Amino acid sequence: MRIEYVWLIPLPPLLSFFIIWLFTNRSKTLSHTVAIVSMAISWVLSVITFLFALTIEHFGQEVFELSVPWLPTGDTALNMGVLVDPLTAAMLFFVPLTCLLIFIYSVGYQNYGKQLDPHDAVGSPPHNGVEPMYSRFFAFLSLFAFGMLLLVVADNLLLLFVGWEIMGLCSYLLIGFWYGRNYADPNQITPRQAAVKAFMTTRVGDVAMMLGIVYLYFQTGTLSFREILYNEEVLLQLAETPSYLAGLSVAGLVGLLLFAGAVGKSAQFPLHVWLPDAMEGPTPVSAMIHAATMVSAGVYAMVRMFPLLSAGWHHGGELTAPMMAMGFIGSFTALFAATIAVAQKDVKKVLAYSTISQLGYMIAALGIGAYVAAAFHLITHAFFKALLFLGSGSVIHGVEHGMHHAPGAHEHLDPQDMFNMGGLRRKMPVTFWTFLIGGFALAGFPFITAGFWSKDEILADAFASQQIVFWVLVLSALLTAFYTMRQISLTFLGEPRTHSAEHASETTWTMTTPLVILAFFALFAGFVGVPESFPGLGEFLHNLGNFNRFHEFVGGTLLEHPEAVEFNIFPLVASIVASLGGLTLGWLVYGLNPLKQGQADPLAAPLGPIYTLLERKYFFDELYDYVFVRPAKWISEVLTYRIMDKIIIDGFLHGVARAAVVVGNFFKDELEKKTIDNPPIYLANAIQWVGKSFRVIQTGRVQNYLLIGMLVVLAFSGVYYLMLAGVLK
Amino acid sequence: MVPLSWYLILAAALFCIGLYGVLARRNAIAVLMGVELMMNAVIINLVAFWRYIQPTLINGQVFAVVVFAVAAAEASVGLALIISIYRRRNSVVAEDMNLLKW
Repeated sequence: MRIEYVWLIPLPPLLSFFIIWLFTNRSKTLSHTVAIVSMAISWVLSVITFLFALTIEHFGQEVFELSVPWLPTGDTALNMGVLVDPLTAAMLFFVPLTCLLIFIYSVGYQNYGKQLDPHDAVGSPPHNGVEPMYSRFFAFLSLFAFGMLLLVVADNLLLLFVGWEIMGLCSYLLIGFWYGRNYADPNQITPRQAAVKAFMTTRVGDVAMMLGIVYLYFQTGTLSFREILYNEEVLLQLAETPSYLAGLSVAGLVGLLLFAGAVGKSAQFPLHVWLPDAMEGPTPVSAMIHAATMVSAGVYAMVRMFPLLSAGWHHGGELTAPMMAMGFIGSFTALFAATIAVAQKDVKKVLAYSTISQLGYMIAALGIGAYVAAAFHLITHAFFKALLFLGSGSVIHGVEHGMHHAPGAHEHLDPQDMFNMGGLRRKMPVTFWTFLIGGFALAGFPFITAGFWSKDEILADAFASQQIVFWVLVLSALLTAFYTMRQISLTFLGEPRTHSAEHASETTWTMTTPLVILAFFALFAGFVGVPESFPGLGEFLHNLGNFNRFHEFVGGTLLEHPEAVEFNIFPLVASIVASLGGLTLGWLVYGLNPLKQGQADPLAAPLGPIYTLLERKYFFDELYDYVFVRPAKWISEVLTYRIMDKIIIDGFLHGVARAAVVVGNFFKDELEKKTIDNPPIYLANAIQWVGKSFRVIQTGRVQNYLLIGMLVVLAFSGVYYLMLAGVLK
Repeated sequence: MVPLSWYLILAAALFCIGLYGVLARRNAIAVLMGVELMMNAVIINLVAFWRYIQPTLINGQVFAVVVFAVAAAEASVGLALIISIYRRRNSVVAEDMNLLKW
């Protein structure tokens, strides 16, 4: 199998990063051209690879691999290489595409084409002019895309981890992109705090993941996916060898550690806190983090490592420890984040919590062994969540535009607060319709949206294996549909609640075009995964040209081809009821009687303290602040700085220094001045005396010198003459 | 024929006159002229020794020509230096040229 150029896929964005950084950073036009063109090259290569992979039968058995030894370690070497198997091919279908669309969207979002506003400070969001750090933004986006593509095509865990960490760095850089931004409310998190928070929180998971990788290498001597995951003997051995921890096999321990990494990256409970605050970054970055790259990476790594996580598990058998952890944490996170999303006011925060919730779905799906369903939901989610984020960015942009163009009153309000919006459907029709499609896909609107098919598959799998997981997921699906409808109603329906919303306008074509393209995929990407056993439609699509072969295609990645679940009417009905029920409920509460200006959330009164609890995100930030952040600050400020550093270490150093001064003075006065210094002084004096004595002959007059020369010659001649004459012997 | 010693005496006298000029004259040009006289004394010696002792060999004459060349070079360099000094300090008195003094 020959797709040798696959290793080229991640490179154009990396090159673009360096080109923008080193050469084109002064030109905004050149910078975004470089970034978009390089991303487009990656996308074209990926599409070719994907289409090529589709043409091959049993692609899972004859994957494309290419690797070179990179780091020799004793007898073996760590290899670096690329691997394209069905899962990678599926990832290559959506990652570069969403990245490319986000790049194009960023051109409009960062106000390309407008004048630089002299009032805009570097490091703060521009008011109405072009972003001052426009080129830097594209450079970082390119590096981000490189990290993700590297992770996707990696053929071993180490290279995956490299891409993983590059993204960690880029998320830090991009979340804190507006590093100069400050808020009047000191409790509101600023972008730079959010950046540090995201970096530190994901770091917790990354350390565990690193340990898992090291332990896996220690046990198997390789990190290659194919050698570990596509090898029954290795998997069996890992599942049977007991690890340091009692009751856990090596596969179990490694799986749990790797899962901890994914918990951090994919923002699962209890490391979910960074993701909502990551909304402080520019909106294209939010879309990048939440759809195409960063959080997908965690789930992707879990999908990729699934054979290891489930080593020793057989369909219908007892779940392994990592799977139980994933099932529990995933389903809990799905429900937990969905409840928080119900009470959020910020249009992006709602989406952030819905992302956490949907990622919980995928993790839970892996926990119950629904490998294909998790990969499927990962892809459909990437499309509709990118769509929703870009849509919300478009909304914010429109409201900000209204804020600057509202006649007379200069309103200063939060352009991301949904309660400041309303009635935008007439002002921003393209954004409205695409957002509606994205929202319905998220809510799982039956049959016509992609989200429905992937969610339904997870629910069907859950119903067949774990009833508890199934009911938790159905409940969160209901909540998801509810808060989606709440968001759409608050943002787009009714009458404008502020002047800014009244004067909002549709955004430029560079922003709406990606929305339309993503809306297309949010609707139709789901049909590739319609189960064949689905009455009517499954067979129809199969006969139409075998469109719905996602299960068969991605399932081929595994050694043991996973069986599709039998069609069951009950989860299907539950899924439809949850989706439509949630949407209807949301419509009844928010859509039927749209909120007037200044009216509070109708849920606030009946829910009472629970609403506050949800609005404040179960006080997790406060809890972590008290349990981790303040003790850490106390330790660093009081214990390490004031006590250890100032008193113990500094005291010791100062003591040593004082002692050294005393000893030095003693030697100086007693020894050196009295003895050692004397001979050089005498010598110097002697040399000075000699010099003084002889300098009188240096008259500076050439004739004196000649005279002396002549006298010397005469004297020598006299001596010579006497020697010749025999007087001197 | 005039004996060799007469030539040597002439040359010695010329050399002494030159030496006196070099050591005693204040004018730098005169000093240079003294040097020229000493050179000429040497040349007379060389030619006289060649003629009286080894007239068949050409060495003596060659030496004389070399000394001429050296004398010419030395005169031109010396005069150039003196002109340069004169331009700078408006004087050709050797005693004034004492920049190297301690």
